[in-house]
Amino acid sequence: MTAGFGRMLRKEDQRFVRGMGTYVDDVHLPGMLYGAVLRSPHPHARIASIDTVAAEAHPKVKAVITGETLAGRDLAWMPTLAGDRQAVLATDKVRFQGQEVAFVVAEDHYAARDALELIDVEYEPLPAVADARRALDADAPVVRDDLDLTGNHIFDWESGDAERTDRVFRDAEVTVSQDMLYPRVHPAPLETCGIVADFSKVSGKLTVWATTQAPHAHRTLYSLVVGLPEHKIRVISPDIGGGFGNKVPIYPGYLCAIAGSMITGRPVKWVEDRSENLMSTCFARDFHMRGELAASRDGTIRAVRVTVLADHGAFNGAAQPTKYPAGFFGVFTGSYDLEAAHCKVTAVYTNKAPGGVAYSCSFRITEAVYLVERMVDVLAFELNIDPAELRMRNLLRPEQFPYTCQTGWTYDSGDYPRTLRLAMDMAGYEDLRKEQATERARGHLTGIGVSFFTEAVGAGPRKHMDILGIGMADGVELRVHPTGTAVLRISVQTQGQGHETTFAQIVAEELGLSPDDVEVVHGDTDQTPFGLGTYGSRSTPVSGAATAIVARKVRERARIVAAAMLEVDPEDLEWEGGRWSVKGDPDSGRTIAEIAWAAHSNLELPDGVEGQLDATCVYNPPNLTYPFGAYICVVDVDPGTGKVDVRRFIAVDDCGVRINPMIVEGQVHGGLADGIGMALMENIAFDADGNCLGGSFMDYLLPTSLECPSWELGATVTPSPHHPIGAKGVGESATVGSPPAVVNAVIDALRPYGVRHADMPLTPAQVWRAIQGRPFRTDLAIS
Amino acid sequence: MQVPSHVEYERATSVEHALALLGRPDHRVLAGGHSLIPMMKLRLAQPGVLVDINGLAELAYIKENGGQLRIGALARHADLLDSKIAGGRYPIFHDAERVVADPIVRLWGTIGGSLCQADPSEDLSAVFAAVRATAVIRGQDGDREVPVREFHLGPYETVIAPGELLAEIRVPVQPGTGSAYEKVARRVGDWSVAAAGAVLQLDGQTITEAGIGLTAVAAEHFVAAEAEDYLRGKPATEQNFGQAATIAAEHCHPVADQRGPEDYKRHLVAELTTRALRRAAARAGAPA
Amino acid sequence: MTMRVAVTVNGTEYARDVEPRLLLIHFIRDELGLTGSHWGCDTSNCGSCVVWLDATPVKACTVLAAMADGRSVRTVEDLEQDGCLDPVQQGFIECHGLQCGFCTPGMMMTARWLLDRNPDPAEAEIREVLSGLLCRCTGYENIVRSVRWAAEHAADHRGERQ
Repeated sequence: MTAGFGRMLRKEDQRFVRGMGTYVDDVHLPGMLYGAVLRSPHPHARIASIDTVAAEAHPKVKAVITGETLAGRDLAWMPTLAGDRQAVLATDKVRFQGQEVAFVVAEDHYAARDALELIDVEYEPLPAVADARRALDADAPVVRDDLDLTGNHIFDWESGDAERTDRVFRDAEVTVSQDMLYPRVHPAPLETCGIVADFSKVSGKLTVWATTQAPHAHRTLYSLVVGLPEHKIRVISPDIGGGFGNKVPIYPGYLCAIAGSMITGRPVKWVEDRSENLMSTCFARDFHMRGELAASRDGTIRAVRVTVLADHGAFNGAAQPTKYPAGFFGVFTGSYDLEAAHCKVTAVYTNKAPGGVAYSCSFRITEAVYLVERMVDVLAFELNIDPAELRMRNLLRPEQFPYTCQTGWTYDSGDYPRTLRLAMDMAGYEDLRKEQATERARGHLTGIGVSFFTEAVGAGPRKHMDILGIGMADGVELRVHPTGTAVLRISVQTQGQGHETTFAQIVAEELGLSPDDVEVVHGDTDQTPFGLGTYGSRSTPVSGAATAIVARKVRERARIVAAAMLEVDPEDLEWEGGRWSVKGDPDSGRTIAEIAWAAHSNLELPDGVEGQLDATCVYNPPNLTYPFGAYICVVDVDPGTGKVDVRRFIAVDDCGVRINPMIVEGQVHGGLADGIGMALMENIAFDADGNCLGGSFMDYLLPTSLECPSWELGATVTPSPHHPIGAKGVGESATVGSPPAVVNAVIDALRPYGVRHADMPLTPAQVWRAIQGRPFRTDLAIS
Repeated sequence: MQVPSHVEYERATSVEHALALLGRPDHRVLAGGHSLIPMMKLRLAQPGVLVDINGLAELAYIKENGGQLRIGALARHADLLDSKIAGGRYPIFHDAERVVADPIVRLWGTIGGSLCQADPSEDLSAVFAAVRATAVIRGQDGDREVPVREFHLGPYETVIAPGELLAEIRVPVQPGTGSAYEKVARRVGDWSVAAAGAVLQLDGQTITEAGIGLTAVAAEHFVAAEAEDYLRGKPATEQNFGQAATIAAEHCHPVADQRGPEDYKRHLVAELTTRALRRAAARAGAPA
Repeated sequence: MTMRVAVTVNGTEYARDVEPRLLLIHFIRDELGLTGSHWGCDTSNCGSCVVWLDATPVKACTVLAAMADGRSVRTVEDLEQDGCLDPVQQGFIECHGLQCGFCTPGMMMTARWLLDRNPDPAEAEIREVLSGLLCRCTGYENIVRSVRWAAEHAADHRGERQ
């Protein structure tokens, strides 16, 4: 019997290590043309005129498309995933630096770039609003006059009980308050976004190869936006070089390429460069938060209150479920048992790139966890209680699960103290604190940061969760061939998470097959059932569940066939060791492979039973799942320079049952590196005029092998009670839990200087300034 | 990806050939290309003709003779980092090369290319200024020597004229010398927020000559001349290092940018100058 | 206007007429169709374009194809020899050193070069040599382990195709 779950090398590696992956830029079609986007240098300006004559005259240029061209096809604007609209190519105004203004289609990529310089755009610059905290000022420039708005307010959203929370705060012995920024950061996958669009005038079919984490959702949206019937659209998501949420939205360049293909009658490839990726595609975070915590003097946390100013950029492009304009920020209640909680989120437009939800944020849970975990440390600072001890006192207890928090989220399962204790043991926490005291006496700064997080992933129950009205349920399809191997067609879309292996393992586990005998098909909307794609750590909770269920359906159908083979009743059979056998007679057992052959054969089946061993399933999750974890970070800080060295990072994750521990660990490793990046160096800041200061990898800094320590991982397993295999999902956990661990560690190191907080990124300059008592705002240009 | 605009390409077969080509209008040296080609991709540089000198092996060497370290302009950063001759005489070279760019870029970027790029944040400019090196510039009429401290005219501007090529950098070798480089960057491979290189020549406990190079803080000619003047003739003590560092911090012109505010950069100049002096003194064999 | 560029890539000489400004990475990917090497930035930071030029790793986005005229280039497609994976390739499989695979060719080419010079590098040296290449998926730990695996299994010669 072949094991299903467990450590297994990845099937997909065979092509990747040979350089035989097929990423979008590897796709070459006969007659293919190349597109390039002309972008606005101004953050805010009226477009007076666009002169494309010289560009069109370039011998290699086949088409030049402007907003006017698209307006003629009703394509100048497109809906965003947040229900706003975004300009595909600007018509009246440009609203952020880097916004798309024109699109050139040429015979080769270099010529397309040359032709951009031949387009003459006359701009009338306007004052820009780059500081979110000024966006609601009476005299702030209005970004969205196209919607007839007279201000930059987008929405207000609240969660929790304001009155009860206020009462607890009035009553509490101790209250602490801290302003904190989660800066604008960017997922920056190594492969930028791109598309090859091929519209055939003969068949009327549009085929696109695109960097998309949600091919079916894109297909449906293209149908609605472009006006082609959906069955005439095929979206192929080939190998994707990292997504992290950056490849969820539809970008203007995609639609321009599609329009270009329709206009020229040839395939059009458009792949953005890195500056385009950083300056115009979906950023993440940009939450200005005020956190407050009410507690007793003995350290019992009683209530959390938060107000948030959310900067959404020029268009609200946040990819949220419809009913959650601020995503799942509601879990700011954290991993603690609270009497009350309340939050209010105010979202504003600014002259910056659109977005907000990306970078493994789990729909804003990164922000929520950062807020609460920083507040717990602020409370620990004020009460002079050890931060691990303070958490241990307040963590939810296992007997409290399933636990509905103050904002209505029902955490499914968890033994939190056990997980924190394991992290502390792995870290040698008590010894670290002793070492810290000794080092402090010598003037050396060591910091220990703790973070405990609860995630909510696996969106989600369709009644509550939809993207633009499409419920977040996933379809899956399993066929077992006559000779006993199988093909599984899934709707989710790996960007490195190893689905070709892990989903095969799920089927293998249920049916007693070898994972090598299960082919996983994904990424082609013509070949796979509908689903909402991969982001928000939802693949395992939703499609993984669907896969287990569809495999069980096949197994049940196999039972009936086996019963027919063995001439017994189906109830007389038991499933053991990968076979259906007559109870008490293991030698009678039939494997799925044997049953598959029989199911295709001339074996007589009972009335009403169809042949073959196929099944489909659409899984509507009953709830989200709640992975959690305890992280401990150890840093050394050089007070003379402010330089931070991450010495150790201990991460204990509980994501329920682990299909493939090797892959789970890899996911955690990657997310932990994100935490170092965001805590210490990643930032997209803007100057007062709206100029983007993070538009290249020289300015938007990513951690390298030298900034990352050798991660120390641990695991606890608390199965999800409602998931068919007890799995919870883990893709974003480390990105959620690690930034507060690193920040808490640095602030802890600066304790001798009385530093209570400083905003990310904690660059050497910021750390030194914090030591001087003068940390600076990191969302604006440093002055 | 961003790509260069049109350009023509010539490959030099000898130094003479290179010089003849460089005498023509709009011809530019292409060595490692790791400063020039990125600028061409961003279209900040749009030369007419590139003169590829990578084949001129006669310009790639690191050797010592006549009491001088002689570094051919085409020596790669990795060569300088690996050079026992250079590192033995001047550990400052190893300190600096270890933190210039990244290991792969260092295999291709050249010493000459970096100096000629004249980026205000170029580490080697401060290093060669600190060691009081001389640039040997070759033209069709022969060589001329320019102290590195006079080599840079301003950001991205040097004294090299059309038809000339930086051929070699010469560094005087003196006994009793210690040197060190201290750099702070936001991340491995990033340009300096600030950096300081120190070279001390000691006679017993007395500093007979000091060289202090500063990076990325608009120090004139990358040098902290006033701090050097202060140290000359004084004992190599912690107190004097601190004083020199303060003077160095006062006499540079750091500008706030995303790497840091001005006060932090000035502080770094003082802090890193002190550390560099301390290590340079230790390496010169100063008593603890 | 174009120029003739002749480059020996993975042992085979290719001659093409190209614009002098053509970057080596585009020569490799678009002229020769060897798409195993990638590109991911504009500023020579990410390293997904790393190939060998005359046996030395180079960021192929930062050199012109013209500079490779008359020289030799080695790409990831050359690591497998006679149907056998290089220990570096096998190491990346064994140790889960890749997830999306985009940075992997550059990482492997750099690792292969390192191991040819130092067959037994310590973890610190591996991290140092790889510090000019970015990865967004793995957090680097498994990449380092993959290189160590290759170092430890060099004597096993080459991994078998699965």
